[in-house]
Amino acid sequence: MSYLTLTGVKKQFPGGFVAVADFNLAMEKGEFVSFLGPSGCGKTTTLRMIAGFDQPTTGRVLIDGTDITDRPPNRRNVGMVFQAYALFPNMTVAANIGFGLKVRGADKASIVRRTTELLELIGLPGKGNRYPWQMSGGQQQRVALARALAFEPQVLLLDEPLSALDAKIRVSLRAEIRAIQRKLGITTVYVTHDQEEALSLSDRIVVMSEGRIEQIGTPFEIYNFPRTPFVARFVGTLNVLSARVIDATTGRLDVGGQEMRATGAVGAAAGSAVSLALRPEILAMGDGEPDHVRLRGTVDEVTFLGAVVRIRVRLPGDAGVASVDTFNNPHLAVPARDSAVTFSFPAEACLVLDGAGRDAVVAAATAI
Amino acid sequence: MTGQTDRLQAELDRPTSWPDRPARRGAPRKTVASWLFLLLGVVYFALPLVGTLIFSLRAKPMLSAWTDMLNDPQVWSTLGYSFVIGLITIIVSIVLLVPTAFWVRLRLPRLRPIVEFVTLLPFVVPPIVLVFGLITTFSRPPLPLTGTNLGSDVLLVCAYVILSLPYMYRAVDAGLRTIDIRTLTEACQSLGAGWFTILWRVILPNLRVSILSGAFLTLAIVVGEFTIANFLARPMFATYLQLIYGNLAYQPAAVALISFGITWGAMGVIALIGRGSQDKSEIGGAH
Repeated sequence: MSYLTLTGVKKQFPGGFVAVADFNLAMEKGEFVSFLGPSGCGKTTTLRMIAGFDQPTTGRVLIDGTDITDRPPNRRNVGMVFQAYALFPNMTVAANIGFGLKVRGADKASIVRRTTELLELIGLPGKGNRYPWQMSGGQQQRVALARALAFEPQVLLLDEPLSALDAKIRVSLRAEIRAIQRKLGITTVYVTHDQEEALSLSDRIVVMSEGRIEQIGTPFEIYNFPRTPFVARFVGTLNVLSARVIDATTGRLDVGGQEMRATGAVGAAAGSAVSLALRPEILAMGDGEPDHVRLRGTVDEVTFLGAVVRIRVRLPGDAGVASVDTFNNPHLAVPARDSAVTFSFPAEACLVLDGAGRDAVVAAATAI
Repeated sequence: MTGQTDRLQAELDRPTSWPDRPARRGAPRKTVASWLFLLLGVVYFALPLVGTLIFSLRAKPMLSAWTDMLNDPQVWSTLGYSFVIGLITIIVSIVLLVPTAFWVRLRLPRLRPIVEFVTLLPFVVPPIVLVFGLITTFSRPPLPLTGTNLGSDVLLVCAYVILSLPYMYRAVDAGLRTIDIRTLTEACQSLGAGWFTILWRVILPNLRVSILSGAFLTLAIVVGEFTIANFLARPMFATYLQLIYGNLAYQPAAVALISFGITWGAMGVIALIGRGSQDKSEIGGAH
């Protein structure tokens, strides 16, 4: 039985705007799930409905089998970490951490014990007497995390907790958050628009767009097997090439005058335009394996990115430009600009989308 | 090559002082003008006080006006009464206005213009109209409050709460603007706190400086208010001051300066507390 369940949750604001529509999710105890999507996709609204700050228009929220949909936020036993830290400026770090316990009527000794324990956990032992304004952003967010964990909530919610921090602290703190979550085994929902954060932290990711779930899956599934063009485009970088259907039944396609074949029938009429979606790192210079799809073009640009060299290959006609990422190797020469090259990719790595690359995945490709 | 080396050497040999800054034209004139305006301000505000002080010292013997007043029990009883009424007014204002301003900001932002308009009404309705309204309404059943001292005190406090509404509400509202009350409230709620705990333990302490500012302004208004106190026949400091103005020459000047001193003391406290809070936010650097 799942631990945190959202069933048919919908949020419609006065005026008719639907922020979240038909949201269904079942999370196991101790699972770390991220809501990933662009601004305005409904991820924070969904989180706020779990926290109780917003009431669903329809649908139910259950924690450990108990329906908490109609409970006020202070009766839900859900801890929350905010983007803006939201530490109480008038209280010391220790008082901030112990606030939830004090509100629940815990005795002074147990509050002190738990606060000390959590200060150790977040790596700030002995800093309990400081005030929030005496700490850096990263330290404040750690205190906010400790405060949210102090009263041992059933579910921990994190609303873009690292967005206000600089890049270096963000990376180290996200590792700390994950380590603490694993150690405590607390069921966690993490909202972010940063795909790297979601991919590196989560057991599962819920990709959202315009209030709807696009895909739920492990980071591996989301990245490698996107089920919708939106997921394919939003998660990671993507090459989108233009192609034309030669034979819909056999899945033959024309890519800038070069022929390739989809794995099966293409859900588009012969002569109609389709798009091919390919991850840059899946492409390799040269012919590759015998069963790989091969495409030829001319080198448009070579960009040195340190560990990676990005080669942009322009395909003939109006097929577009493909970026090919290869690891930097000082002993290998990179192709010169305007030279003719061939790149290849495993057949299953290519998604065939409809003409505009928006509506639907119509087939997976294979080599001819 | 030699020429280049020589030039380099010459550059290195130059005295390492800052180049002379070109004199800013008009700067001395600006400074003189600034001092002139400051002096005018000081004269404008200080001259009446100095005049009052000199006048109070004309009594024979010289300090008798001061000693008479400091030894007059009525000065202290009326001042004490005024301060108690002021204190009650402040408490009632806080209890009434902090939750109102908080709720309007948090949940009813559309009502803000209406609430602000209502809080500004005391500027439009003169105290004389207000007190006549109160006397007319509360001197007969069902609530004949003017019949007793306690009833009149209640009316007095109510009138002063209304009179200080613009200052107190604006002070609290300005304080609420400086803190992220929505997030702080939600953080409190997620930690299990109810509305009273949120207001008492988080919102009020963070509005300390704003509430103090509003409180001292309220106190200054209450201590100096005459019309309402006079018509409700309450022994306030202002009514006593008016009484002695009619009967004594030098003593009222001494009392006026005493009341000024008390008001300045209160303002000093605000400045001190305000500076403390500013230092905090500067060290934090986050907000």
